[in-house]
Parts: sequence; C-alpha cells; structure tokens
Amino acid sequence: MDKLKLPDMDYVALLPMLALFVAACLGVIIEALVPRRFRNIIQLVLSIVALAVAMFFVVKQSGEVVASKALTAGGAIMIDHAALFLQGALIVLGFVALLLFGERSLEFGGPFVAQAAVTVGSERDREQTGRELGSTETFPLALFSLSGMLLFVSANDLLTMFVALEVFSLPLYLLCALARRKRLLSQESALKYFLLGAYASAFFLFGVAMVYGFAKAVDFKAIHAEALLGEGNSLLLIIGLALLAIGLLFKVAAAPFHVWTPDVYQGAPTPVTAFMASCTKVAAFGGLLRVLYVGFDGLGWQFTPVLGAIAALTVLVGSILAVTQTDLKRLLAYSSVANAGYILIGVIAGQQLGLTSVLFYLVAYGFTVIAAFALISLVRDADGEATHLSRWAGLGARSPLYAGIFTFILLAFAGIPLTSGFIAKLSVFGAAIDGGQTWLVIIGVITSIILAFPYLRVVVMMWLSEPGESTPSVSIPGGLTSTALGIGTLATLVFGVVPGPLLDLAEKASSFVR
Amino acid sequence: MSLSAYVPIVWLLALAAAFGLFSVGIAPFVGPRRFNRAKLEAYECGIEPTPQPIGGGRFPVKFYLTAMLFIIFDIEIIFLYPWAVSFDMLGVFGFFEMVIFIITVAIAYAYVWRRGGLEWD
Repeated sequence: MDKLKLPDMDYVALLPMLALFVAACLGVIIEALVPRRFRNIIQLVLSIVALAVAMFFVVKQSGEVVASKALTAGGAIMIDHAALFLQGALIVLGFVALLLFGERSLEFGGPFVAQAAVTVGSERDREQTGRELGSTETFPLALFSLSGMLLFVSANDLLTMFVALEVFSLPLYLLCALARRKRLLSQESALKYFLLGAYASAFFLFGVAMVYGFAKAVDFKAIHAEALLGEGNSLLLIIGLALLAIGLLFKVAAAPFHVWTPDVYQGAPTPVTAFMASCTKVAAFGGLLRVLYVGFDGLGWQFTPVLGAIAALTVLVGSILAVTQTDLKRLLAYSSVANAGYILIGVIAGQQLGLTSVLFYLVAYGFTVIAAFALISLVRDADGEATHLSRWAGLGARSPLYAGIFTFILLAFAGIPLTSGFIAKLSVFGAAIDGGQTWLVIIGVITSIILAFPYLRVVVMMWLSEPGESTPSVSIPGGLTSTALGIGTLATLVFGVVPGPLLDLAEKASSFVR
Repeated sequence: MSLSAYVPIVWLLALAAAFGLFSVGIAPFVGPRRFNRAKLEAYECGIEPTPQPIGGGRFPVKFYLTAMLFIIFDIEIIFLYPWAVSFDMLGVFGFFEMVIFIITVAIAYAYVWRRGGLEWD
C-alpha cells in the first residue's frame, strides 16, 4: 500500500506550545501522585519553568523568521512575527497571572475551593471553606488554556483555529467555577460562560462551514485568493465572515456580545479573572487580527462599517454601564468591555500602524488589568474579598500605599499621561485617524471622558471619605501577589514613560505572513 | 450540475421512511402486550431507572464521573479504529503519534484512578 504524505513538522517552531502542553500533562500526574500539601509549590515551579522554556524558544525564533519557512505542521500553523509577539505576550502575561494562582498567604488554602463538587452551604462545605487546602488542578488547567491560546494566535486555517478556541475555552469554564468564597456566584458564572461560550463556538463553526462553501478550503491563503478572485458565491463569504466575527467578538467581549462579561468577571476567582482579562483578550484579538488581516483583507470595505458600528457600540455600552456599577469587579468588567472597543478601533484602522497600536494596547492593558485584580484580591474582610464600592471608602487613610497604587492603576485605565494607558489610547486613535476613521476617534474620546468618571469616583471615595466601621483592611500580600502587583504596576509606568522599546517591538511584529 | 447524483439519497430517505412507518404500523398487530412498571418510563428499555434522588433532583456526582470516563475511552476508540485500519499507510510516524495520544489518555486515566474516581462508594 502507498504511504500517505506525512505533514512537515518543524518541532522547534512548535516547542513553545509543546512545552506548555507537556508541563500541563505532568501537572495532571502530579495531581494524581503527590500529597496535597506539596502540590501548590511543585505546580507553581513546574508552570514557571515551562513558561520560561516556552519564552526562550519564542525569543529564539523571533530572530530567525523566514517568510518561506514560517508555515509548519502541514500548513496548520504559521509562525510569523505577529504570532511570535502574541505568543510572547501571552506567556509573560500568563506568568504574572499564574503568580496570583499560587498565592496561599492571603487566606488559608489559597483562592480556590478544595472540592468543587461539594454542595454549597452543606456541612461538608462549611468544613472545607476554612480548613482544607485549595485544589491545584488550576495550574494544569491554566497551562492547557495557555497552550491553546498560543495555538490560536498562530493558527493558519479556520479548523485549527476552532480546535484552539475550544482548547483554551474549556479550561477557562472550569476555572471560573473554583472560587473558595461566594461559591454559588462562581458556579453561576461558570455555567453562564459555558453556555454562552458554546453558542459562540457554534456560530464560529457554522461560519467555518460557510467560508468552506465559498472557498473550498479553510486556510487563510486560499480564502484570501478566492475572495480576491471574486468568482465564488459572495453571499456565503459574507455570511461566513459575519458568523466567524460573532464567535471571535464574543471572546473579546465586544457589544452586543458582551453580556457574559460582568457576571463572569465578578463570579470567577480573582486570579482567574486576571488571567481571562489579560490573556484571553490577547488571544482573541490575535485570532481576530489574523482572520481579518490575512484571510479577509480583500473584504475591508465590506466589514469595516459593521465593525466600526460594533466598536462604537462597545465603547458606548462599556463606558456608560461602568458608571452605574457598584461592584468593583463588575466595574472593571465593563471597563474591559470598553477597552475591547478601543482595541477594535485600532483593528479597524488597518495598515501596519493599526496593527502596531493594537499589539501595544494588548500588552499594556494586560499588565495593568492584572495589577488591578491583584490589588482587588488584597482588600478583604471576614467573607473574603470586599468588592462592593462602598467598602472601599476611606481606604486611602487606612493603607495609603495600596490606595496609591490602585489610584495609579485607575488613572492608567483612564488614560492619564505617564501611564501606558495614555500611550496605548494615543497610538490607537492616531492609527484610526490615519486610517480615515475620525468618527470613531471622536466617539472614543467622548467615551474615555465618560469612563474617567467611574474611575475617579473610586479614587475620590478612597481618599476623601473617612474610613468607617465597615472599611475592610488590606491584607499584607505574600511574595507572589506582591511580585504580580509590582510587575503589573511597573510595566504600566514604564510603558507610559518610555514606550519606545515596546512600540518598536510591536512595529517589527506587525506583519503577517500569508 | 446533474441532479441525478441525489437519486440514491432520495431512495434512502424513502426506504427509511417506509421502514419507520411499517414498524410503527405493524407493532400493535403482532407485538405481545405485557405491561409492567418499566414500560411506563420515558425511555422504555425494560429496566427500572435508579430512583430519583430526594430533594430537588440532584444526581450523585459519581454518575457524571462514569459518563466522563466513558467519553474518554469512547473518543480513544474513535481514533484507534481508523488508525488500526490504515496502519500500513501511516507507518512509523502514525505509530508514534498514536503512542503520544494514548499516553495523554493514560494520564487522564491515572488521574481519575489515583483520585478515587473509579470507586463507586
């Protein structure tokens, strides 16, 4: 019998993903064999080593990208500059978020529940809340998710992209359900995320089928060529792209596909929220960029107005609803919706400038948002984190250092100069004006002003109110949370004061290979 | 494009419909009628289902574990069978890919086993 033609595999190019995957598998074995009290530290060290190895190979390859050799794994994976930049960003942000996963000093047993299957409120549940060590399956789950994200941003055809989408989504659904405190809220968020995520995946898959009907292929190069040729059934193409866009815009939390965001961000354990807000956003926008810039760029004049409307709606919904929030995690969720809108403005801007600004924004926002959630995990009372806005009143007098850091982070979200948020917004708006989307910039600036109000309200409450009976204390963070908080805050400052190096890096990375 | 390519599908549809109608139509005439409690259940398969749990219809989580385990091995068979059929064509590469796949399934199995997922009580 004839041999099949085997796919060409460049294993070095796949090593970042393989390293994370192997580490996740090892993590599962550790869960099976190692006694509970050693698991946290072993998992943490293993994850950090795996991320370091993955980062090493990403950096190593970034110097040797050749367009003709970028395609590997039988044409399923494209390792180009943009893919490597996004992979590097995912690994670094994932590392900082995983530090929060490992924190055990804020409360006994860490932020995760010991036995997620125990009925909430039962005798057994009360027993485990304060006395049992949290589950550490969260590390392998996060690594599986990260390896899926790395695959997602480098996928070269729609089917690989779909598989990667599922690989990185499924662990996230589980992670959302594992909070130690407020478990019903956590389980509710996981169920909502899962059901809506499954819907979005179905939309994506249906879109793949439509596009296949048009192009008779699922890889981006063929789709691009077929779209340029303009011979096929263009109705299939447009329906297909619209369905694909729904699947992707759900993941980036753009309006009107954002309704899951506040519930999930609020209910999920705070380290998981930080992981989702930073890494999922990078991965989802990475995928969206590749679909739009590589596969469908010939259709720009058709999808730009629609995406523009979605971006405008997203910034409006995010900023206006943020004003009415009374829970800090929900406020940040709506802020993340608005930020998705700003990034979308950069995506629509097109050209290299737009791409550069999006890549910069993703990294800058990722660091800031991790720092914000790290700080939220510190402000606690007897029931866990105190996230209601009124509880933060007077925090400035009680612990000026952390209130100061949080003020800085909020100002960065608002886009005040000398923070990375300013540079990020500036570059996105600049690119949009360059790309002829001035109307979006006007809406963007107006909503930025609206959005500054809820941020400043928190700042004013922290500093100008007297601390009351119910003002919770700020826990002394352990080394891990301090490191995560420090890295996030420092990155926010450094990218705001000297954005040059990262901008250069993003500019070099802003080229896709088709 | 010629529509004649669809003729077999139409035949299949017609046959399937005829078979279904025939089976349902003939059952009252030739089938035996012996009633028992199991026959009144929604899924009549001759076995009385496990009694409904008390208090709001919660299922013990062990059913879920069993179902998950079943899916793991189900998926494994789905991949193993076509691989075994075309083993000669896939060669050494295919062999090692399958070994890697089985290792990952074995890891999941080891996890379930060590964490007590195989114990019913």
